[in-house]
Amino acid sequence: MIPVPPAIQRFPWKLMALLTAICGFGLLVLYSAAGGNLSPWAWQQGVRFLVFLGLALVIGRLPLRLFEDFAYIGYIGVLALLMAVELLGFVGGGSQRWLNLGFMNLQPSELMKVAIVIALARFYTQLPPGNTRTFTALWPALLAIGVPAALVMLQPDLGTALAISIGGVVVMFVAGLPFWWFGSAAGAGVAALPILFSMLHDYQQKRVLIFLDPESDPLGAGYHISQSKIAIGSGGIGGKGFLNGSQSHLDYLPEGHTDFIFATMAEEWGLIGGLALLFAFFLLLRWGTRVALRARTRFGQLTAAGLTMTIFFYIAINLSMVMGMAPVVGIPLPLFSYGGSSMLTIMTCVGIILAIENDSKTGTRRFH
Amino acid sequence: MFGKKSPPITEAWRGFTFTRRALVVGGAQAAVGVALAARMAYISVIDNERYVLESESNRVNLTLVPPRRGWIVDRNGKALANNRVSLRVDIIPDRLHNKENVLGQLRTLLRLDKDAMERIERDLKAASGFQPVAVAEDMTEQEYSSILVHLPELPGVAPQRGFARNYPTGAAVGHLIGYVGAPTAEEYEKAKDPLYITPGYKTGKDGLEKYFQQMLRGKPGAKRVEVTARGKVVRELSTQPDVQGKTVHLTIDADLQDYVARRMGPESGAAVVIDTHTGDILAFVSMPSFDPNSFSDGISNSEYSWLRADDHQPLINKATRGLYPPGSTLKPMAAIAAIEHGIDPGERHTCIGGYRLGSRFFRCLGTHGSLDMPHAIMKSCNSYFYWVAHRLGYDAIAPTAKMMGLGEEFQLAGSNQRFGTIPDSAWKMKKYNQPWSASDSLNAVIGQGYVSVNPLQLAVMASRIASGRRLYPRLVNRQFANEALPFSAEALATAREGMDLVVNGPGGTAGRSRLPLDGIAMAGKTGTAQVRGLNTGNGKGGTWRFRDHGLFIGFAPVDNPRYAISVIIEHGMGGSRAAAPVAKDVFTFIYDREKGMEALETFEAGWGGTIKERMDRNYAAWKAGIAAPDPGLAQ
Repeated sequence: MIPVPPAIQRFPWKLMALLTAICGFGLLVLYSAAGGNLSPWAWQQGVRFLVFLGLALVIGRLPLRLFEDFAYIGYIGVLALLMAVELLGFVGGGSQRWLNLGFMNLQPSELMKVAIVIALARFYTQLPPGNTRTFTALWPALLAIGVPAALVMLQPDLGTALAISIGGVVVMFVAGLPFWWFGSAAGAGVAALPILFSMLHDYQQKRVLIFLDPESDPLGAGYHISQSKIAIGSGGIGGKGFLNGSQSHLDYLPEGHTDFIFATMAEEWGLIGGLALLFAFFLLLRWGTRVALRARTRFGQLTAAGLTMTIFFYIAINLSMVMGMAPVVGIPLPLFSYGGSSMLTIMTCVGIILAIENDSKTGTRRFH
Repeated sequence: MFGKKSPPITEAWRGFTFTRRALVVGGAQAAVGVALAARMAYISVIDNERYVLESESNRVNLTLVPPRRGWIVDRNGKALANNRVSLRVDIIPDRLHNKENVLGQLRTLLRLDKDAMERIERDLKAASGFQPVAVAEDMTEQEYSSILVHLPELPGVAPQRGFARNYPTGAAVGHLIGYVGAPTAEEYEKAKDPLYITPGYKTGKDGLEKYFQQMLRGKPGAKRVEVTARGKVVRELSTQPDVQGKTVHLTIDADLQDYVARRMGPESGAAVVIDTHTGDILAFVSMPSFDPNSFSDGISNSEYSWLRADDHQPLINKATRGLYPPGSTLKPMAAIAAIEHGIDPGERHTCIGGYRLGSRFFRCLGTHGSLDMPHAIMKSCNSYFYWVAHRLGYDAIAPTAKMMGLGEEFQLAGSNQRFGTIPDSAWKMKKYNQPWSASDSLNAVIGQGYVSVNPLQLAVMASRIASGRRLYPRLVNRQFANEALPFSAEALATAREGMDLVVNGPGGTAGRSRLPLDGIAMAGKTGTAQVRGLNTGNGKGGTWRFRDHGLFIGFAPVDNPRYAISVIIEHGMGGSRAAAPVAKDVFTFIYDREKGMEALETFEAGWGGTIKERMDRNYAAWKAGIAAPDPGLAQ
């Protein structure tokens, strides 16, 4: 046997293969969506993937301690950016979601999805075990989630606000807060749905209503969902074949390379392609969950569980949306949809989980 | 004991709780994953068929190609109605967004006038959904390509390279052929045929076009094209050519039809020419007329108002729907009835300038002295026929009139006839509950009083007198028995002799209308029908609409009749003056085209051009008159 050098051994080969497979499949779909062209999407997306994969590997080499130490500072920094965006939007006289940094557009709300998980993980790591069932365990977390979620809702971006909330709530849940708190909160939430609904913007309300009855407006706002279902349904089991999707190539499917890329894929690759992609995502999430279970520190446990949930939330909401099970909220499919912001977020999550995995392979378990 | 219900929270407990809850979260995620997989399987396997269909209906756009309409040709195969290539633009109301902007752009691009815009607005209001509304037809290549270039900014606008109906002789065949037009919303509702809402498809709206609709229609072709969501055609998938409609062969002689129409000149009237061997209608003219080409393109509001406002009534087919007192044209028929009832044609009656019936004196137009029957016809002597009618009673004459086709509605393709009245005592009793009087007989025998006929019936009467057979008029090859009339040869010969004398005898009423041909002579009978009541005014001048109608029936050649004719000139002030000269020129044209055309060209020079030139000029003048109303009316 050829001895493998430890430096090579330390690379997470299986994970890299999995990420490359998902993104590679996505590149094929982007190639087809552009009518059999590398430009404008596939080429750029491929390069971006390599850069972000490198970034994830670098983050994975960082000591976990670093994230723990900078958790609050990071959170406050991102919150400040969110406010800045809101202020700019107010001054500019329109809603704005990003800051132009010159070389790229930064969406602070994307960073917040990661920052909230780390900050709450830090909070519950520091919280004395005896306080887990007290009010002290609750209000700082609610505040930490509520403020950024409210700011994002003002943008208005329902999908991202939900993603931020769900990441934070899952950290609270696995931190061991009493079960009935979540139960009653969910109950109250359901009861308050009509009030929440009335607080939504007109176009958001419309989207929800159309989700409930897509056929009510097949040529208007229900068009997205209808055309997406037609694309998926007409693909059948084996699909129409690579480069043969009429829905996407003839522009019937809107956003066929971003939010609705799954429908573009399913039209050409069919149920088989869809199940393969679902299986790949399952492997990714299983890895995240395993890392959480095996983490050496409590901070690592909570962070890994929260970030895994964040990745899962992207996938679940996007797929539900394209299959007509959720309103159109504009959440891309991780690693698959064309776009930099979401890939950056996902690869950051992957990198931090990788750092937790690396951390658990060294040193002893500690839970304080 | 305190910790049993609520154990002290330790780090170990916290780790245990974390594992349990992380597994709950992981399990929930897996459950959602399974649900998503199941949902996808449901859409792509169970609902697959439905979505494949929807995807195909997205991708493939089936457009119907309107069938080329069948031609209508004359007896020699010359086209009376055919098709020409036409570049057209329609609006599909359902796809029309931002109507004002689109209409505004079309107006600029195609330089449409106010009339056209009004018509489009009107049609848009009447049309439903996918029913196309014509914007412009017969565009130039330049206009067409300017629309094509701007098409992306013109939602709902559908340009098409197709065929349009064409009537080469225009107004001359208006009433004969009818016209075509886009199907109405009601017609589409009834037929439920997608062809009815295909741009460029026309159905017959009137006349023969309507009557032979099923034959002329043809079968549409189909074009399957792949289109993008924005309606851009990517490629053609398959094309099925249309099947042209069948050709309809008429008995009409196109050249004669055109000649007769032109010869009517600026007058209002009708003329029918019938082949006395077969009953074939060779010319079937009512003037003035409308140009069926205008109707087929979607007539403008103002052109339609112009036609309606004309007191010469160009929208009414006078050949079948105009009823007139036939006047003296009935006298040859009355002569036949008289002989059949035992009056000797050689028996003489003396005209003293009228006929005394009891206390009333019925006037004749002259004082003709002693006359036998043929000369009574020649002179059109009322006294003689008053005498006959008084002797026989009109109940003896009316059956003969009916045998000649008067009062009869014919089975004639595409016509809508008013068939008038041949009165008798039973009719009067039924209608007015009054007994028939002798004076009724006297009025009826000279074609006044209750008698009314249409020009087609007069032509049939002429053809039956000429042929001695019960001919039925026909426009298509339809078989009739055409059996011999139950009249003696003597009776028919007497009537023909009288009609010969009218034109060719010394002092006949139509002596000025002898044919300028060697060896071919025309026989005929003039008639003058009073428009105002009897004995009020002389009808020979004054206001146009109170003048007498001029009528003429005739046939030629005299010795071996081949063609029969009837001519009516409304308010023409007498048969010999207005109607007989038309018949003369028509027969001249039949036997000697050059001579006939010479006569016509002389007339047209005096009238101010051909039918189309005169119509265009009148229309322009009328429009100018509407735009600048008479200042005298403003007060």
